[in-house]
Amino acid sequence: MAARWGMAVDLDTCTGCGACVTACHAENNIPTVGPEQAAVGRAMHWIRIESYWDGEFPEARMKFRPVMCQHCDAAPCEPVCPTYASHHTEEGLNAQVYNRCIGTRYCANACPYNVRFFEFYNPEWPKPLQVQLNPDVSVREVGVMEKCTFCVQRITAAQIDAKAEKKPLKDGDIKPACVQSCTAKALVFGDLNDPESEVSRLSRSPRGSKLLDDLGTLPKVTYLAKQSLA
Amino acid sequence: MIEATMSRAAAADRITEDLLRPLASPSWRFYLLVLFLGSIVAVGASAFIWQVYYGLGESGLRMPVFWGFYITNFVFWIGISHAGTLISAILRLVNAGWRRPVTRCAEVITAFALMIGAMFPIIHLGRPWLFFWLMPYPNQRMLWPNFRSPLVWDFFAISAYLTGSLLFLFLPMIPDFALVRDRSTGFRKKVYGLLSLGWRGTTKQWHRLETGMSIMAIAIIPVAVSVHTIVSFDFSMAPIPGWHTTIFGPYFVAGAIFSGIAGLIIAMAALRKFLHLEAYLHPLHFQNLGKLLLMMSLLWGYFVFAERLTTWYGNGTAEMNVFYVTQDGSYAPLYWTMVTCNFLLPVSILSIRRLRTIAGCVIASFGVVVGMWLERFLIIVPTLGHKFLPYTWGTYRPQPVEIAIMTATFAAMTLLYVLFSKFVPIISIWELKAGEPNPGAAAPGLEHR
Repeated sequence: MAARWGMAVDLDTCTGCGACVTACHAENNIPTVGPEQAAVGRAMHWIRIESYWDGEFPEARMKFRPVMCQHCDAAPCEPVCPTYASHHTEEGLNAQVYNRCIGTRYCANACPYNVRFFEFYNPEWPKPLQVQLNPDVSVREVGVMEKCTFCVQRITAAQIDAKAEKKPLKDGDIKPACVQSCTAKALVFGDLNDPESEVSRLSRSPRGSKLLDDLGTLPKVTYLAKQSLA
Repeated sequence: MIEATMSRAAAADRITEDLLRPLASPSWRFYLLVLFLGSIVAVGASAFIWQVYYGLGESGLRMPVFWGFYITNFVFWIGISHAGTLISAILRLVNAGWRRPVTRCAEVITAFALMIGAMFPIIHLGRPWLFFWLMPYPNQRMLWPNFRSPLVWDFFAISAYLTGSLLFLFLPMIPDFALVRDRSTGFRKKVYGLLSLGWRGTTKQWHRLETGMSIMAIAIIPVAVSVHTIVSFDFSMAPIPGWHTTIFGPYFVAGAIFSGIAGLIIAMAALRKFLHLEAYLHPLHFQNLGKLLLMMSLLWGYFVFAERLTTWYGNGTAEMNVFYVTQDGSYAPLYWTMVTCNFLLPVSILSIRRLRTIAGCVIASFGVVVGMWLERFLIIVPTLGHKFLPYTWGTYRPQPVEIAIMTATFAAMTLLYVLFSKFVPIISIWELKAGEPNPGAAAPGLEHR
């Protein structure tokens, strides 16, 4: 059976450190747009940490919620794309084919989570930063949409390795950049079709909920509610 | 009897003279106007090239408002296009005698407004040079467009409507082209000869023309209704607050006809003044169109009321955010301007007979054009800026390229209209002659219903 990739996010352990955001930028060749463009609202973070104040000073505390593409099973972004640039893979990923994208930005408008980003300009990396680009990930040109892929390049690489070594993929073999860099281990990635995987177990947790669940988008990211008062 | 026939022939000659006069050699004022409008269009074209060269970042679009002025203008111009063909088709079908001087200037609006509106989905693309990927065309990769996408439906709807409208515009022009052909010499004769498609005015040709026009008049109505319904689907198919509502289809069609009539009234008033067509475009025409505009204004008010009340009563959290931000938040000045321009102003002017003059109709129409433009803006931008997660709320400021391109489309519309009225009789000569009261007939004036 094909895998069905999903993620669980433990809001109890997330410290809001932002390591996942940085790792994602480095792994996926996401351009940094500079302070002026960021102030306009064109910063690109495939994963973002939403922070919310809970309560009033002095009893206030901060809550964090990392939000990335939810890889919905009934994704609103997919049917609206006129060129199939946004489409569903057999393993349940919401793939974005950059070369097919003509930049109607309809997918971003249809997305209830606002996790899709647009290349408003051709990306530039000040020298020598261009040499740190990840060769496994294509650099997108101006005018295309992009978003979290669950690090599809790592998924594919792990599958190829497993095939070459004739061993089955083990739970935890694949770690997207955000998961790998999360010091609090708040992010867990794996196969939802494997009932024994950690992500499956966490997704079934009574603490679990989906973001904007009532919209019926069937997201594959589960958020585990915050419990502690820390 | 002979006298009557002679007076009728004289009237026909006068019509021909009057309506062919604008086609004579243009004055310096005409060239100046063309130059002025042409330079605005050129500025808009350069703005587009600038944007293609540097990237869509030159526009004011930003996360999460990914559609702004361009899509507003797209919906606006497609809406304006509903004046012509639809009104003309309905007036033809009900055989309203007063339609005769109105139909062609209405149909031309459709053709040009559609061409302009259809450019916007391409202008707004991130990679406009790949726009043809929206079309189904044979290709080596066996790739089709995604037929589930409303944008692809748009492509089909608009191209069908444009083809139909051009045919509908062209058919009744054939006898007039032949008339111009017969009265001109040299190169002009050749061009109009080609355009008149060998028209000789035989009974058989007249019969075919009438048949063709009846078929087109019936066929174009469902096409026109479908086009703006499909344009509304661009929004209502996305499951986000303020867009995802079933009222959008009829709401958009009504709004389109509404703004279209306003555009038509403005165009007719301009033609009447600048081409001296006072003898053909009577206050009666404006009064009748003014009544139509009044009815559409009331209908529009009803739709807005129904849409707003349903949202407010349902009290959904996400919907209410969009509701409040338009009703009394940062978009409130625009919202109340829209209500004033689309409802209060036209209703108060047009429901009073004494004010339903040409000037009154034109003032109301300008209000409606502004109001309907704002309506489209207010449907698009506040919703995109206020989706479900407040963390990602945002706003939008149009930038010079967008304003330049938008201004250019208004100049382009005027320019095309000016040029058209210089090359084609803007009032259908043969139809006007056919509608002249026959003094020999039993009940003269019956056709002037």
